[in-house]
Amino acid sequence: MGLQAPELIISSGSLAEVEKVLAAGADAVTVGDTRYALRASGHFDLTMIEAAVQLAHPQGKKVYVLVNALLHHEHLNGLEPYLGQLAEIKVDGIVFGDPAVFMTAKRVAPTLGLHWNTETTSTNYRTVQFWAKRGATRALLARELSLTEVLEIKRHSPIPIQVQVHGMTCIFHSKRELVSNYFRFQQREEAREEPLLLKEHVRKEEQYPIFEDQHGTHVMSNEDICMLEHLGPLIENRVDCFYIEGIRKSIDYNTQVVSIYRRAIDALLQDPQDPVNPDLVAELQKIQPANRPLGTGFYFKEQIY
Amino acid sequence: MTVKTKIKKPELLAPAGNLEKLKFAVLYGADAVYIGGQKYGLRSKAGNFSYEDMKEGVAFAHKHGAKVFVAANIMAHNEDFEGMAEYFQTLHQIGIDAVIIADPAVVDICREAAPELEIHISTQSSITNWQTVQFWANEGIPRVVLAREVSLDEIRKIKQHTDIEIEAFIHGAMCISYSGRCVLSNHMTSRDANRGGCAQSCRWKYDLFEELDGEENALFEEGDQPFTMSSKDLCMIEHIPELIDAGVDSLKIEGRMKSIHYIATVVNSYRRVIDAYCEDPEGFRFKPEWKEEILKAANRPLTTGFYFHNPTEEDQIFGLPPKMAAYDFAGLVLDYDPETKIALIEQRNHFKVGQEVEFVGPKRDKFIQRIDAIWDEEGNELDAARHPMQKVKIKVDHPVAPYDLMRKEK
Ligand code: SF4
Repeated sequence: MGLQAPELIISSGSLAEVEKVLAAGADAVTVGDTRYALRASGHFDLTMIEAAVQLAHPQGKKVYVLVNALLHHEHLNGLEPYLGQLAEIKVDGIVFGDPAVFMTAKRVAPTLGLHWNTETTSTNYRTVQFWAKRGATRALLARELSLTEVLEIKRHSPIPIQVQVHGMTCIFHSKRELVSNYFRFQQREEAREEPLLLKEHVRKEEQYPIFEDQHGTHVMSNEDICMLEHLGPLIENRVDCFYIEGIRKSIDYNTQVVSIYRRAIDALLQDPQDPVNPDLVAELQKIQPANRPLGTGFYFKEQIY
Repeated sequence: MTVKTKIKKPELLAPAGNLEKLKFAVLYGADAVYIGGQKYGLRSKAGNFSYEDMKEGVAFAHKHGAKVFVAANIMAHNEDFEGMAEYFQTLHQIGIDAVIIADPAVVDICREAAPELEIHISTQSSITNWQTVQFWANEGIPRVVLAREVSLDEIRKIKQHTDIEIEAFIHGAMCISYSGRCVLSNHMTSRDANRGGCAQSCRWKYDLFEELDGEENALFEEGDQPFTMSSKDLCMIEHIPELIDAGVDSLKIEGRMKSIHYIATVVNSYRRVIDAYCEDPEGFRFKPEWKEEILKAANRPLTTGFYFHNPTEEDQIFGLPPKMAAYDFAGLVLDYDPETKIALIEQRNHFKVGQEVEFVGPKRDKFIQRIDAIWDEEGNELDAARHPMQKVKIKVDHPVAPYDLMRKEK
């Protein structure tokens, strides 16, 4: 039986980037308006989102919009018209975490795909079923899951699931201005080039990007997930969507990463048991920034509690 | 005569790490307590309740007109489902009044297994707006616990738009992240924060660097405090009227790991403020002694969190927190003989002859007592009570009763 190709998705920060990653083989891009989006790679206003849709649709490709903020009341007023406009310009789906977005979308933009993503808390198949039953069309899984858990969720999920296969992840989100607060405490005005790097006192080699925006403070992982050599089991078990996080990476890097994963996936579709071509791995290692070690996240790690 | 406005008294909800703390919380004025069971809670290290303890706790609480809630607020993984349905059925049979749940999966399992068991949505879900409250109302949920990031103004708006119960934290430690949105521990220690494994990595020491042309540039100087992310503890003792007027239905105190002295003192202070305000809203004046009481038990500096503004550096702790609690729990009253004025005390911290101690009880005002003599149970005179849990007798001039606490200045 032929294997279904997974959808390859990457976040994009500009129209130029959208154009390049689609050309390199991405099936879809994720973009966002920073007012409603958490950790978008760049800011896309409605006109830009529409332009992205016009780039993608003729190629049979898709545009998803991040509406994944935890909403406070000041966001609610504009939400309804915004979702209506997204439906009008025919974006293919929105990514949401807050049920307020979900309810509003079902009311004013019922044609939009609804991709449920609560980041750290989408950890089991019953939760996926809960949201599927209420109308979510896709589930984005937490990164703190093992491969076994991911595959079990897939077996029980009535809707497509999306996993992250490459890039950094957010590991902490606070509403507070933690970096500014610190510098105010030290009574120092730092003109700083974000993201800053956070290093533990104890294990100084570990460094975590940290940045502030209108939604607060975000700390990102010290490693980039890289599942390039382990895509086989995901493809074989029909995991539906593969996500590459492009935040804080150059357009060139992201374009090449997409191209590498594209070629790996296409080869694996012939035979998912085949090892990935070592040239692709070497190609990736060559462009990987020195301070971003590659790892497999939690796919093969045990957690205790 | 002035006509007094009637206001609805909110519930005072207190943590109870074990059966003994549950009893203190109830006697010192909690209308409801929340506890952890053996499974599915976020405090794997808090003394959690066996089913037997729960039964006794429920019997005790119900006898005193108080409710018992059980926290089952993990973000579940697939493997956690085993035994979960039976767990909720058992809680229901035991007579637990409600469960506090964060994960929609767990909500579903609980509803199927024990449809009559009331569900409250945990603060771990980070509910920050009225539409999300409405979502849960539509799901038939009678109460949600708000995110700690919600301001007093936002609470007012939520109450205007929705009509289910709102529970909000008024006191205690808090995550500096949006609850549920922090996996620092998972990444730094492989311990799952959302299943109770948090290693409080936010409070570790860090350094900040910026990257300039590929070079790392340190953003700290000799003598700086290290970067860290630690919030002062929430304390709303001076703002209870605003919370009640905003329509909060349940005022929640954090701290299942906290001591008996802490629970009793904090619960009792809030009890007095709530009662005083609801008794006579117009005539209400805040008494400084209520706050002084809190300060006798507080471990860390205090803040009003997000209620009035987005917290600043003033609401965080950098470097070593100042030593706070000025009082130690010295002993627990087990018995009192009004004829001889002799109290039987169980020692909790060293105290000695000549020292001044303070007695506090749930219902009456505190008083100071000088210890003139200490006897052991056999009647031998001692110069000090040195051993934990040692039972000794001392003379106390005013009547005291079991569950009264004796404390001393540090
Ligand atoms: S590390 Fe800090 S912010 Fe994160 S879950 Fe633990 S206590 Fe909360």
